[in-house]
Amino acid sequence: MKKAFWLAGATILALAQPALAGDTIKIGFVSTFSGPTAVIGNDMRNSFELALDHLGRKMGGKPVEVIYEDDGQKPDVGKQKTEKLIQSDKVDFIVGYIWSNVLLASLKTAVDSKTFLITSNAGPSQLAGELCSPYVFSTSWQNDQTPQAMGTYMNQKGVKSVFLIGPNYAAGKDMLAGVKSTFKGQVVGEEYTVWPSQLDFSAELTKARNSKAEAIFVFYPGAAGVQFLNQYTQAGIKQQIPLYTAFTIDEITLPLQKENALGVPGAQQWVNDLPNPENKKFVEDYRKKYTGLRPTFYGAQTYDAAGLINSAVVAVKGDTSKKDEMKAEMEKANFKSVRGPFKYGNNHIPIQNFYLQDVVKDAEGQLSLKTVATIVKDDQDRFHDKCPMKK
Amino acid sequence: MLVLVEQSLNGLQFGLLLFLLAAGLTLVFGIMDFVNLAHGSLYMMGAYFAATFVAWTNSFVLGILLALGATLLLGILLEFIALRHLYGRDHLDQVLATFGLILFFNDAVRLIWGPAGLSLPLPAWLTVPVQIVPGVFYPAYRLSIIVVALAVAALLYIVVMRTRIGMLIRAGASNREMIGALGINIKLLFTLVFGLGAALAGLAGLMQAPILTVQIGMGENILILAFVIIVIGGIGSIRGAFMAAIFVGMIDTLGRAFLPDLLRTVLSSAAASTAAPALSSMLIYLLMAIVLVVRPEGLFPAAKR
Repeated sequence: MKKAFWLAGATILALAQPALAGDTIKIGFVSTFSGPTAVIGNDMRNSFELALDHLGRKMGGKPVEVIYEDDGQKPDVGKQKTEKLIQSDKVDFIVGYIWSNVLLASLKTAVDSKTFLITSNAGPSQLAGELCSPYVFSTSWQNDQTPQAMGTYMNQKGVKSVFLIGPNYAAGKDMLAGVKSTFKGQVVGEEYTVWPSQLDFSAELTKARNSKAEAIFVFYPGAAGVQFLNQYTQAGIKQQIPLYTAFTIDEITLPLQKENALGVPGAQQWVNDLPNPENKKFVEDYRKKYTGLRPTFYGAQTYDAAGLINSAVVAVKGDTSKKDEMKAEMEKANFKSVRGPFKYGNNHIPIQNFYLQDVVKDAEGQLSLKTVATIVKDDQDRFHDKCPMKK
Repeated sequence: MLVLVEQSLNGLQFGLLLFLLAAGLTLVFGIMDFVNLAHGSLYMMGAYFAATFVAWTNSFVLGILLALGATLLLGILLEFIALRHLYGRDHLDQVLATFGLILFFNDAVRLIWGPAGLSLPLPAWLTVPVQIVPGVFYPAYRLSIIVVALAVAALLYIVVMRTRIGMLIRAGASNREMIGALGINIKLLFTLVFGLGAALAGLAGLMQAPILTVQIGMGENILILAFVIIVIGGIGSIRGAFMAAIFVGMIDTLGRAFLPDLLRTVLSSAAASTAAPALSSMLIYLLMAIVLVVRPEGLFPAAKR
């Protein structure tokens, strides 16, 4: 009898759960929280949590609940976690995705269920073009844009020939294609490495050295970027052929790359010192809340994702069933971004500036990234014409 | 031609590093008949110890020696606390228990050192490229890996094949009761062998650390290669591990270096540069499959028991 009583009580509680759900804004968060690249996922989570703090942990007057899921950097796992968040947790928004291949695997589930998906890093070319969707927004970029900016910068520097090295997956191919689309000189070699398992780049570096190229362009995010710079420096190529990068040096990898990163330029749409009040607040509060850590561009983009979601929820006063209104609001990019103002293209990819960043010693004597110049202004990605959504 | 020399050195260096890892594994797996999936964790611990001790002592050589001792100690401790209770159990239990150890070590490292990883900077005298033949420069550090690994290989061969301890190890592996009946402390012997295996894994890890980064889970990818090597070389055979490691290192590196150009002669450039990395990473597994078909015992199997 007593058992039956508890059972009944538990059942009622379990049934009561969905009734409560409407009173909270539910956000699913998919990123990498285990394995070698977990630091990136942690930075994204830290920044999202900070954004929620800044919003009073409420959106449109309703409390926010975030469910974090780990994709382990694997497309199949990411897809499963996305399905779980949408189908059993019934989230209103889904955020995150570091890796292009994980995002591409997860995309269909979100689009089919008409759940808003905000990618705060991955920007595969397909997403900007034929796979664009009314329910998908980006707070980052299309993969090609950043290396395109680097290609433009290499033209400015008068570089005549380049050797390209990158990982053999969706983003790696986009990145190298991006450089090739703007670089006017000759591409003397192009190497793809097995991703993410290959950690030794000796064979590729030997080929790069022997190619007699004037420059090497490389794209390796996370720890692989540290390894590449180590090996590039140890092989003595740093004195022979200068390196140009995108996404290879950031605040996570810099403490490990140390002096190896000095003098290696990179392109980026967000740098920690961008002069706007939102950014100042973001960087300062981040360093206060997470002592010893510095935010990266991954985090900055994820901070923006929270702002974007908040703008949509506020516009419908917390009624997340009004999807068309939320979409219309998000298309205005009506929130204060840490990179200053930007606007959305027809494919929901930001139209924004790209900057040249350099590694310098900051006021505290630590290595830090610094904005040197604006390479491209209001850049729109080159795939937006292929997107069936027109303005 | 000079490119071939340089790429062969790359292959040799990678192969010798794999040998250090595989030699420790084959001591434990082949001679003690114990499947230790946590071997990669010891490789990781070696790297973490080295990064820590080098930072503490401010001396590369001293830090590395301390790290080597620490890994040896950790191996002995691990054997004493956990693993010696598993010798009598079947392989599946050992796999399960040592898999648990991988998770344990990963989380322990996350707790102690944090999730971000460490770096192990090289001293200046090891960062310069060395000219070995006119026109061929090779990183001094990678050369030193070749030298150290060759020395360790020679030492290991002498210890296992030419000394009394080595004889006891080999005898103990083939008949544990018999050697016990002769009055030898077999438990102590196995503890020492396990410690030696751990130290070899640690050495591989700390030597790899300045090239790669020191990070959680760094041993897992490379452990698969170590298993492939002992399967190809023959389980329990140090000589087999040595030959197979160099084969694998060479095939992997030369495949990556020359396959794209080879494929470009038949495929379009874009297709070739996408297919080549996938193909070259399959080459060693292909080699393993062929060896398993032709010689299931491996290329250089240990003497029949």
